[in-house]
Amino acid sequence: MTGMTVIVKTVTRWTAALIFLYGAYVVAYGHLGPGGGFAGGVILACAYILITLAYGGEHALRVLPRAVASRLDSFGALAFLALALVGMVGGGLFFTNWLQQKWAGKAFHVFNGGIIPLANVAIAIKVCMSLFLVFFILSSVRMFGKDEQIDFRSKEVD
Amino acid sequence: MKIDIQTILPLAIAIPLGMGFILPLLGKKLTRLADVAANLATASLVCLSIILLVGRLQGGGAEVYWMGGWRITAGGTVFGINLVLDGLSALMLVLVSVVSFASTLFSSRYMDQYTGRSKYYGLFMLMIAGMNGCVLTGDMFNLFVFLEIAAVSSYALVAFGCESDELEASFKYLILGCVASSFILLSIALLYAQFGALNMAQLGERMAELGVNKGSLLALMMLLAGLGVKAALVPFHAWLPDAHPSAPAPISAMLSGVLIKAIGVYAIIRVVFNVYGWTPELGMALMVLGTLSMIVGGVLAMRQGDFKRLLAYSSISQIGYVVLAIGLGTPLGILAGLFHLANHAIFKSLLFLTSGAVQYRTGTRQLDEMGGLAQKMPITGRTCLVGSMSIAGIPPFNGFFSKLLIIIACVAAGRWGFALCAVIISIVTLAYFLKVQKNAFYGKLKDKWAQVREVPLTMQCSMVLLAVLCVAMGLLLVPGLREAVLEPARDALYQGVKGYQEVVMTLLGSGG
Repeated sequence: MTGMTVIVKTVTRWTAALIFLYGAYVVAYGHLGPGGGFAGGVILACAYILITLAYGGEHALRVLPRAVASRLDSFGALAFLALALVGMVGGGLFFTNWLQQKWAGKAFHVFNGGIIPLANVAIAIKVCMSLFLVFFILSSVRMFGKDEQIDFRSKEVD
Repeated sequence: MKIDIQTILPLAIAIPLGMGFILPLLGKKLTRLADVAANLATASLVCLSIILLVGRLQGGGAEVYWMGGWRITAGGTVFGINLVLDGLSALMLVLVSVVSFASTLFSSRYMDQYTGRSKYYGLFMLMIAGMNGCVLTGDMFNLFVFLEIAAVSSYALVAFGCESDELEASFKYLILGCVASSFILLSIALLYAQFGALNMAQLGERMAELGVNKGSLLALMMLLAGLGVKAALVPFHAWLPDAHPSAPAPISAMLSGVLIKAIGVYAIIRVVFNVYGWTPELGMALMVLGTLSMIVGGVLAMRQGDFKRLLAYSSISQIGYVVLAIGLGTPLGILAGLFHLANHAIFKSLLFLTSGAVQYRTGTRQLDEMGGLAQKMPITGRTCLVGSMSIAGIPPFNGFFSKLLIIIACVAAGRWGFALCAVIISIVTLAYFLKVQKNAFYGKLKDKWAQVREVPLTMQCSMVLLAVLCVAMGLLLVPGLREAVLEPARDALYQGVKGYQEVVMTLLGSGG
């Protein structure tokens, strides 16, 4: 898969950045308006998926290597868990909103939702990377499906 | 020593969840580190679950934990995510932890045949997180979420070998599992639409107030069907005989040992007893499903030539015993059912591990290709004998006591027919496990197995651990231990909707 025509590529070059920006906005504004980590993460992943469709899998892997995506995937989940566990430090509860007391409800402050915006960012990383990887793996199966068989077997043949 | 359960309760979910994402980061090279980390994680879960079991006794009654202290009461409805630790949850936690510890111990050498060790452990830990969450949660929707975490990781684990039959089994399991999950989700949506609550205690309270109507009956039907697939009760069992044998042996042990109980039987009995409330009709439905599973599973197991497939059918049969006994609804019946559930978790995982040990050395699962292996693999042979005798109900072992109790409970409740079925299937069970012993471990040693050796030490250790437990679990009926472990679990169910709701709601204040 080497990608689509130059028209598609040019349009993608413009729109992918905008989609990515919109995704980032949905994540960052999620604690105040509609959206949040999951919705924003899906939009972010859409930007990558668009690049994969227009430019082909090889280019997409140059933008976001598979190993990096896989690590970020785990990192997002761990960051979310860490946010929850920090709440337990000092006798608090799991998922205690430990930033709440400081900035809760203060207008125009980044952390006026406490840890919710941070949790949204962690979820967005996780969702974006998972969706991208799922899409990529499924599309690569189809890519090689006809004449080349990928050896997916992980068991050693003796 | 005063143990603060409130502080450590969420760790039962947080530890496996965290390890589930840390382990895949280790990559391909650090396989030994992944082994050590996974074993440490499951060992810590064993300690944690025992602390929770003992600590719950000191605190008395149940513990309710509200995530983040976030709990809002609006219009009589409680919003918030809670974990409830009562006798039943504590018992299930210990079972999940012990079986997963034995499985990770076994995995460290068994998984040498496979690649992608860190991914395997990652999925394994996620499955434990799902099961622990499932048995701890006090919220219908979270029950579904945790159930899906456990189920989705098990789909991937069944296909872990990536051979064609494994992929086929996994695909079948995936399709049936997804249909079941959508039934469960739909029924939860129906319940929420009618009663406006997702908290199980509150849902039960509303249902008792407003009475059961057609909508909630439809929801109940779909819940029984959906959770019945997860528990592999007979009309819904078709995926199990393919999925359980195809998985790597430690995973088979986890699936048959605890997964079908934690996300199937546990969820069914929690919903039936603590949300809907046990009624004679509902009890009869459970008893019929249970007896059907018992008979069909037992009869089909007799004809199997594949070691692991035979064990899989036997799981269906034994789950039938559990559901039959709990469906009786009498205190003795529930106690017997839960006791058999606990025993089955131990001996079925032991049997799957021994079948894995045989496969590890000989490379076959066909019983008629084996023979005389007890001479070459004495530890595997003896532990398998212990497991077989336990499941068949031979006196010194735990299976005898629980089956005896189930039969006594059936007779005491006046259900002579069900008691007779239980006795007959018990004999059938003995028959097919004698066949296993004769074909695989006794008889004449075939020439081609002359070079077979005993499995590595860690694998032996995990089998011996479970075999010792098979004998020791019989002690759970001794008065002191019975009051500590089995009776609180029974009471958690027997108290019904009202008791559960009182336990959860009176503890409302202790969270925030």
